[in-house]
Amino acid sequence: MSLFDLKLSEIHNKLHDKELSVSDLVDQAFTSIGEREDRVKAFITLDEEGARSAAKALDSKLASGESRGLLFGLPAGIKDNIVTEGLRTTCASQFLSNFNPVYDATVVGKLRQADIVTIGKLNMDEFAMGGSNENSSFYPVRNPWDLERVPGGSSGGSAAAVAAGEAYFTLGSDTGGSIRQPASYCGVVGLKPTYGLVSRFGLVAFASSLDQIGPITKNVEDSAYVLQAIAGYDPMDSTSAKVDVPDYLSALTGDISGLRIAVPKEYLGEGVDAEVKETVMNALKVLESLGAVWEEVSLPHTEYAVATYYLLASSEASSNLARFDGVRYGVRADNSGSLIDLYHESRSQGFGDEVKRRIMLGTYALSSGYYDAYYLKAQKARTLIKQDFDKVFEQYDVVIGPTAPTTAFKLDTQVDDPLTMYLNDILTIPVSLAGVPAVSVPCGFADGLPVGMQIIGKAFDESTVLRVAHAFEQNTDHHKRRPEL
Amino acid sequence: MSITVKDVQHVAKLARLNLTPEEEEMFTGQLNAILQYAEKLNELDTDGVEPTTHVLHLSNVMREDEVRESLPIEKVLLNAPDEEDDQFKVPAVLE
Amino acid sequence: MSTSKYETVIGLEVHVELHTNSKIFCGCSTAFGAPPNTHTCPICLGHPGVLPVLNRQAVEYAMKAAMALNCTISDVSKFDRKNYFYPDSPKAYQISQYDQPIGLNGWIDIEVDGKTKRIGITRLHLEEDAGKLTHVDGGYASLVDFNRVGTPLVEIVSEPEISSPEEAKAYLEKLRAIMQYCEVSDVKMEEGSLRCDANISLRPWGQKEFGTKAELKNMNSFRGVQRGLEYEQFRQAEVLDEGGVIVQETRRWDEAQGKTFSMRGKEQAHDYRYFPDPDLVSVHISEEWKEAVRATIPELPDARKARYTSEYGLPDYDAAVITASKPLADFFEDSLNYTKDAKSVSNWIMGDLLGYLNANNLELSQVKITGQGLGEMIGLIEKGTISSKIAKTVFKEMLESGKLPAQIVEEKGLVQISDEGAIKSIVEQVVANNPQSVEDYKAGKQKAIGFLVGQVMKESKGKANPALVNKLLVEVLNG
Repeated sequence: MSLFDLKLSEIHNKLHDKELSVSDLVDQAFTSIGEREDRVKAFITLDEEGARSAAKALDSKLASGESRGLLFGLPAGIKDNIVTEGLRTTCASQFLSNFNPVYDATVVGKLRQADIVTIGKLNMDEFAMGGSNENSSFYPVRNPWDLERVPGGSSGGSAAAVAAGEAYFTLGSDTGGSIRQPASYCGVVGLKPTYGLVSRFGLVAFASSLDQIGPITKNVEDSAYVLQAIAGYDPMDSTSAKVDVPDYLSALTGDISGLRIAVPKEYLGEGVDAEVKETVMNALKVLESLGAVWEEVSLPHTEYAVATYYLLASSEASSNLARFDGVRYGVRADNSGSLIDLYHESRSQGFGDEVKRRIMLGTYALSSGYYDAYYLKAQKARTLIKQDFDKVFEQYDVVIGPTAPTTAFKLDTQVDDPLTMYLNDILTIPVSLAGVPAVSVPCGFADGLPVGMQIIGKAFDESTVLRVAHAFEQNTDHHKRRPEL
Repeated sequence: MSITVKDVQHVAKLARLNLTPEEEEMFTGQLNAILQYAEKLNELDTDGVEPTTHVLHLSNVMREDEVRESLPIEKVLLNAPDEEDDQFKVPAVLE
Repeated sequence: MSTSKYETVIGLEVHVELHTNSKIFCGCSTAFGAPPNTHTCPICLGHPGVLPVLNRQAVEYAMKAAMALNCTISDVSKFDRKNYFYPDSPKAYQISQYDQPIGLNGWIDIEVDGKTKRIGITRLHLEEDAGKLTHVDGGYASLVDFNRVGTPLVEIVSEPEISSPEEAKAYLEKLRAIMQYCEVSDVKMEEGSLRCDANISLRPWGQKEFGTKAELKNMNSFRGVQRGLEYEQFRQAEVLDEGGVIVQETRRWDEAQGKTFSMRGKEQAHDYRYFPDPDLVSVHISEEWKEAVRATIPELPDARKARYTSEYGLPDYDAAVITASKPLADFFEDSLNYTKDAKSVSNWIMGDLLGYLNANNLELSQVKITGQGLGEMIGLIEKGTISSKIAKTVFKEMLESGKLPAQIVEEKGLVQISDEGAIKSIVEQVVANNPQSVEDYKAGKQKAIGFLVGQVMKESKGKANPALVNKLLVEVLNG
């Protein structure tokens, strides 16, 4: 058994009782990495030296009896689009393959305050664009449950590292499902907070109006701990909400009697794998047995979400990624004779196909003559999609459905067909467009592969989302199964 | 509406990307598939619907006019591909 | 060639740097003249992951400027991204305002040839400045300094209602004065805190449609704006006279050659792809906030000018010149704390002060004279302590040392001699030494007395009271 199968509270008890040291936890991380990383490929950059010295410092803090941070001693991996001062941050792009940040993201600062140990930076789809991790410009991540399959994306490294026991917890980022979908494929807990709850300062922007950072953990309680540490207003982020952060741990009561659940018919319709559907229906029965009631509802604009999302996210991305020009940082192409060559060559050599595709789609959608037809139209469709959720939440506490229409698919089966790949996100994208929180929790297996259930809540009601997820988890064993690696 | 190779060339130029003829062909096909799919949105009656730029209705987020420390010059230039006299060097802007 | 066949239509786009302490979206200093790239941080360098946070002072300065230009202040204003690649633009987009600027539909009055004309202002919006490029390696490379990037700017766009280069200059000068009075900017063209681009077109008199316009850039002084527009007006008239067609293009004013040159081919076709910046939220401007900002607007140049003519009886022209510069108008008013003779203060400013500043190409802030000095000096003249002639010496000394006139008069022994006995003995000596002049005078050549007065003043080192000298000379000569 791995130390990482213990819950956070159990680890803290052992640390307190001196049965365990932070260095032991870091040993566990690097032992697992040594055994598995060459197959899983979850990391882009490892920082063993930094991790060991941080562990030493924390161990002496432990010995001295100083007050300890909320996530004391936990070895964590950070998605490689969250900047870490002095630790290479690449966004899995060749363009940033040499980039050494000069500042820490707000969440990284908060995690340091909480006394974590950073063990490395996690693999992902380049600039968080993708749903399979095959768009990493370094190497694809493999799904720990089946190495022939993708871990999902874009936070594939973040999900796979937790599933493979290489990190105790990780941070991912979610724009259209990039935390939840890989969590679903890898059988771990992935939470996308309400837009504005967690600071985006230091998260390399993909689509600014959608991006959120969130935790990937083995269980719901740990998810609540990590969220507690990273949530809250940040004066460096103008889109950060000035809300009081509740005590998420105290929300995990196990009591969901009387809970009103909405199950959108669009989330169980065409395109959703029959076994996935059955697994989620069984999960709903568990919730029912705990006193919750569920009813079928409609989110009528669901079918427009993917188109809306790709237009908006790509438009924002086309502008956000323009700064990668080879002037101030990043890899400047060798054959850059003139300024125009410098731009064109550096960007063409630095970006992969999916990134180029989305930059061009977004540039087109914003360009003169097309703005109203594409960008503005999509912004209006977004309003309608958000209103769907507003209406349902007038009568229900949570919305539940599968996280993804299928389980993890095999590598190389969808890369040539971007549109099919985009449709994998059909159940997570509407939630992102509405800006509301959602968690994916393991709810069973189909053909030996994990299935995730998505629990969606009202804006800033992470407490309810986590309470439902926790109650489900307490009454099931899916989250305890481990891949054989 | 469908996107042509010429449109793709124009967009690539705006986005400062070089494409090979094969890439132009490939992206034209893929972008067409995506844009055709996006035509779905035309089914929606959006008359009188306000566009959403932000899901949260925040306004007047401002900071006070206080000077904060700038970066030391070593950090400014840490990642510079080319530099001279503490400045970033690029090929000539004017030809 | 004749420009008179055509009506000239000019619109100006003026950029004014707001003198906040920190940049518009980060905390770096906006101070001018720091070593390259020392006023930069990850935010203004456009590093991955950074986000902008709006400087409240920049918004309030923009509101103040818009109000002073008689604009309507938007209830809801927002920021948009203007996308283009250029090495001085670190994010490859400029945060600007597209369809909801801070101010709309304003105007200012200008005066040319004694006539007042109202020029409409289309809009005033807030945006961030770019960095600075210098060319090296014989023009093969450029260096980028990002100190200036992120300095808050307002862009003020006029209606195409300016009809001549003179009007353009008057508009720009009035705009500068208003910004100066509002204390939102240093408005120094030499330091780039005031910059001006122009659109100019010609059309036959009576034609409704505008002619094809050229956009004029790189006019780095008030004179440059006027000269550049004059040249362009001439060039376009010549093209039209020869039956040619004006090409819509951007042209660069070359000060040294006194010509404009096409920049065609040096820039790609633009499609700025404006869209609302998702990193910033809208600015809602309440009536209370507007009123609070409005209360900080001081008396503006037009109001001051009117007051100077009505209250102090200054000629229109003098009042206009003095109020065109806030420091000068403040100096004028400060002087009046020490003397009641406004006309005299005005004369000294219009004559000796501006003469000295113009001759030496100096700003008022670069000389040491104070309003108190000038006011007290006029008092000394009134009291007869010094002559007007001596006052010129005192004035010069005040420009250079900033000392008060009483001290200068004492240190240099410049007190006027009004002792009749002392002057009379000099007069008698001069009369004795210049028999020829005395003879000329007696022969009826009145001019000769001027020469004798001069000799007396010279003997007294300029300190003799000129009125007494005259009186005593006449007495002695006629005696």
